[in-house]
Amino acid sequence: MSHFLAPVFEVGFFESDAVRTAVIVGAAVAVVAGALGVFTVMRGQSFAAEAFGDIGTSGGSGAFLIGAAPLVGFLVFGVLAAGAMELVGIQRARGRDLATGIALGAALGLAALFMYLDSTIHNTTGVVVTILFGSIFEIAGSTIPLVAALAAAVVAVLLVIHRPLLLSTVSPEIAGARGVPVRIVGATYLLALAAAVALCALTIGSILSTALLIGPAAAALRATRRPGRAVLLAAALGVAAMWLGIVLAYDSYYWPPRGNGWPVSFFVVTIVFVVYLLSGVPAWRERRRAHAATARRAFADDRGTPHRATAG
Amino acid sequence: MSPAARAGSAEEILAVEHIHVQLGAHMVLDDVSFAIRAGEFTGLIGANGAGKTTLFRVVLGLTPASGGAVRVAGGARSRRNPLIGYVPQKFLLDPDMPLRARDLVALGIDAHRFGIARPSRARRERAEQMLAAVDALEFAERRVGLLSGGEQQRVLIAHALIGRPRLLLADEPLANLDLRSAEEVVALLARIAREQRIAVLISAHEINPLLPVMDRVVYLAAGRAVSGSADEVVRSDVLSRLYGHHVDVLHVHGRVIVVAGAGEDLAGHELRFPEAESGA
Repeated sequence: MSHFLAPVFEVGFFESDAVRTAVIVGAAVAVVAGALGVFTVMRGQSFAAEAFGDIGTSGGSGAFLIGAAPLVGFLVFGVLAAGAMELVGIQRARGRDLATGIALGAALGLAALFMYLDSTIHNTTGVVVTILFGSIFEIAGSTIPLVAALAAAVVAVLLVIHRPLLLSTVSPEIAGARGVPVRIVGATYLLALAAAVALCALTIGSILSTALLIGPAAAALRATRRPGRAVLLAAALGVAAMWLGIVLAYDSYYWPPRGNGWPVSFFVVTIVFVVYLLSGVPAWRERRRAHAATARRAFADDRGTPHRATAG
Repeated sequence: MSPAARAGSAEEILAVEHIHVQLGAHMVLDDVSFAIRAGEFTGLIGANGAGKTTLFRVVLGLTPASGGAVRVAGGARSRRNPLIGYVPQKFLLDPDMPLRARDLVALGIDAHRFGIARPSRARRERAEQMLAAVDALEFAERRVGLLSGGEQQRVLIAHALIGRPRLLLADEPLANLDLRSAEEVVALLARIAREQRIAVLISAHEINPLLPVMDRVVYLAAGRAVSGSADEVVRSDVLSRLYGHHVDVLHVHGRVIVVAGAGEDLAGHELRFPEAESGA
């Protein structure tokens, strides 16, 4: 078996502690991102996720400046941003993109300052790459409990609110009429989203974080018609992309330029992109079938054939 | 037996009593009163801006009334009232939404609750029954976002009915539907009212599609309302009093045409054909 797979898994892959951490953390993050991402795509809020990524960039670089873990910075800034978004009512009015865009610009400006200070004070540019593009092989052991707690919390919150959240996503009017506290459910989801983006930023970087959140979810939405399956499929696709990305990144150590591995985030994002493209095929087929069914019914109507019992 | 006589002995399901809604200086609803009974099919007719959606929101408890009361099946109306089923206006789902018609109907059972639902055979069977009741079995497995407007309306009606309400509110369910689909939806709602003894209240800006099945009409203009049978309400003298100026009611080939005075924003709104309506 190991001999058979030798070309895939380079020497030392299964012995490395860094790889083991990456595989476990990467899977946990991909599951959280996939599950939450399904709701993000359904609610048309990928822009909010992107905003959390941008704001997280300043959070992560600011945290490094004061000697805290980048994940803490991603999380604190993301949660603050979620609060601000809820205050300005970003979920209710989509015409606020101008104000949001300007605020995001300011957040990235702050990130520019923090990263400049990070790299001059600590005399290293590595931190910039770590914040922006992630460093799953260099996750500090002390961060792992926080990762586990965050991932568990997001999944738990989603389990509690998933039914009212789905109903409010389908129709806020129906949900409101049935007594769902639509605004509280939406705000809770936004907080969970901020936490999920922070986890993504830790693994593949703040500016690529939405790729892991949105990509597998968007592909799953196109491939299945059922909400529960979409969540499971998105999580599975995310884990597959993450693990394959880790394997390829490990292998790439022996690729040119030899001795310098390629970044994991490049592989993960590229795999996600390819999966999304492939998911267009079943979606296209389903739409074609739907159009054909509509045309068949119209044809039956034209001929006056009763294709179903008409009430009367 | 006339529809009014048949419904006369039935239980009163919705009582709207002297409802006032004021937004700023504008009186959106001005002393609106009417009652509907079990098994009755009632049309809430009015032009855009007449206050139909506001009235629905008051009945649903989403908009507070400045005065008056709403009672549902004899009790004070409360939020999260399981006695009311609701079909909102303008329902547009993304075609990519991973939700089959069957799933949307099942969401009507208990999707407002927190926590995890255990899938059960009883739930599946209940959804199946409701899909059958609205003739939606044929497209039960398809994505809701890929269904036509009329098909989506039927699925939404099933979603609203699966919780066994006594009162069904449908806000402009005929907007954006072609004539044939609109007729099918009206016939379906009328059948539900009769067979399940549910009070059905639907709003529309066009009265003609509802005339054949309507037991009662609530006519809304500039925030005020009159109600009664169509013969009692859709008359020149009654509507002139409601609008506050002269209104002609013409009967042409079994259709009713209401012509409000020239220069009114309401003028001739019933003259347009339903398929040309924007429903906004």
